[in-house]
Amino acid sequence: MNTSHSRLRKAKENILLGLCVVALIMTMVPLFSILLSILANGGSAIDLAFLTELPKAVGETGGGIANAIQGTMILVALASLIGVPVGLISGIYLSEYKSNRLAWVIRFFSDVLTEFPSIVIGIFAYTVIVLYIRSFSALAGAVALAVIMIPIVTRTTEEAVRLVPNDLREAGIALGLPRWKTIVRIVVPAGRSGIVTGVMLSVARATGETAPLLLTAFNSFYGFSGLLKPIASMPMYIFIFSISPFPDWRAKAWGAALILMLMILALSIVVRYATRGRYTTRI
Amino acid sequence: MKPTEGLLKTRLTADTIFKIFAAAVASSILLILGAMVFELYNQSKLSIDAFGLPFLWGTVWDPAISQVFGALPLIYGTIVTSLLALLFGVPLSLGTAIVVSELSPQRLRTPVSFIVELLAAIPSVIFGLWAIFTLAPFLRDNVYPILQAGLGVLPIFQGSIYGLGVLTGGVILAIMIIPTVSAVSRDVLAAVPDSQREAALALGATKWEATMTVMSYGRSGIIGSIILGLGRAVGETMAITMVIGNRFDIFTSLFEPGYTMAAIIANEFTEATTDLYLSAIIEVGLILFVVAMAINVLARLIVWRSLRMVRGAVLE
Repeated sequence: MNTSHSRLRKAKENILLGLCVVALIMTMVPLFSILLSILANGGSAIDLAFLTELPKAVGETGGGIANAIQGTMILVALASLIGVPVGLISGIYLSEYKSNRLAWVIRFFSDVLTEFPSIVIGIFAYTVIVLYIRSFSALAGAVALAVIMIPIVTRTTEEAVRLVPNDLREAGIALGLPRWKTIVRIVVPAGRSGIVTGVMLSVARATGETAPLLLTAFNSFYGFSGLLKPIASMPMYIFIFSISPFPDWRAKAWGAALILMLMILALSIVVRYATRGRYTTRI
Repeated sequence: MKPTEGLLKTRLTADTIFKIFAAAVASSILLILGAMVFELYNQSKLSIDAFGLPFLWGTVWDPAISQVFGALPLIYGTIVTSLLALLFGVPLSLGTAIVVSELSPQRLRTPVSFIVELLAAIPSVIFGLWAIFTLAPFLRDNVYPILQAGLGVLPIFQGSIYGLGVLTGGVILAIMIIPTVSAVSRDVLAAVPDSQREAALALGATKWEATMTVMSYGRSGIIGSIILGLGRAVGETMAITMVIGNRFDIFTSLFEPGYTMAAIIANEFTEATTDLYLSAIIEVGLILFVVAMAINVLARLIVWRSLRMVRGAVLE
């Protein structure tokens, strides 16, 4: 009778563990389906003209995403210019002065902000910038993306700097360096690779953000025309073209999705390669 | 003696300045959050004054004629799609976390979690694109008819099937929360000390029973990961806007189109023609802010405490 009981337990084990493996496989199906759909539908949309031309007017076929690629690069570069220094210094502060209460509060809210709905950040950038200059603008878009990047850079920098062994700090102080110089000249360079990883993660995230751009940078069918003017971007291009009724536009949305995905995958794979062997929390 | 003292003093001052500077920059995160609350409240003042608390349970959204706004169908749509996301997403995430942390051989762990987390790297708008053209037609043709044939007696599975609608919205949200929930719960499981597994196995538990011991040891962290997933589902914007159908209505059937708080902001913000209309949309943003804040604060506290507790136990 004992054997039948243990056989039952064994059967239960096999079924339930089997279900876990099924869950893992079902999790992977959408990923592969997305990647395959993008490859299958996007591949045929891409040619040289697609990458180098401006979009055509509604109804005309042809045209490309040159302005969207340019716009995304400008937006992300500007956002990095604002967000990366702030994130870096915040991360250094959290790691090097970790014991005080202010650091705890900042760490906590930067984790909260990381998972925050990006559309709300878009409204914020709208109210503080768009309302004042009375136009959608590249600047507003960059500020919204910077707000999204700051907590990511902050937390990854903190983790990276914290991993620097204390010996290095002690060595710096023992050589007579003041603490700030020890941090800036010894600790931060030692944590460089982790910091770069964090920055690239945040860049990848900013590259794909759409919702905040809808309320800030909006969109444009032309190339960059000034910081205070609306600007095109890859995610906005995909959004607008995918919900349009024209088959040609939809095909172009897939083409743009393929290019955007390649940009982001390249960043993610470089990040993974840089952090290989480390099995740590994703932010 | 004197010069050294002077040097020491400058050094201390420089250190203090650096610390204060770094603290000031780091505080910008708090400043941003504070400014966000202020701006959202300020800009929705018009709508708050006009409609007061009943805004929360108003069911009319009429920007064209009467300029009356109420958010109930949006709140309802957000709750239903988020719960659907948890219903589909949580079992898959936990199964995945169990495989990665308990079953798979050590050298497969990193690649498997890399693949699962690659989902997190896909931009929301690409999820939306895929959902419109691949997922929704698939569900419309292959899954929903079967669901309706089998469970059509339930009101939630009645009516005509469009493909785009609340249920498809729930499915896409489920897929999008999987990387968050599975990564955090995997970390929680990985932090459970091996002595727990060994003790269970030594008592004659099967692998599954041992896994359940581990799960119950890390349960508060797992609950935290689920709440984090809920936060992501509530705030998700682009993909849901593209598939839910954007109809302002309290739906019964899950095949019908609906609307969420985030979706109406994305969809109508730039079209708001009057100040009151814009203000009402920003008030929806304020509600979203409060809800997302509450969810994320709760989740973070639970996850932090649980990881600290579990890791603390390792040290003892």
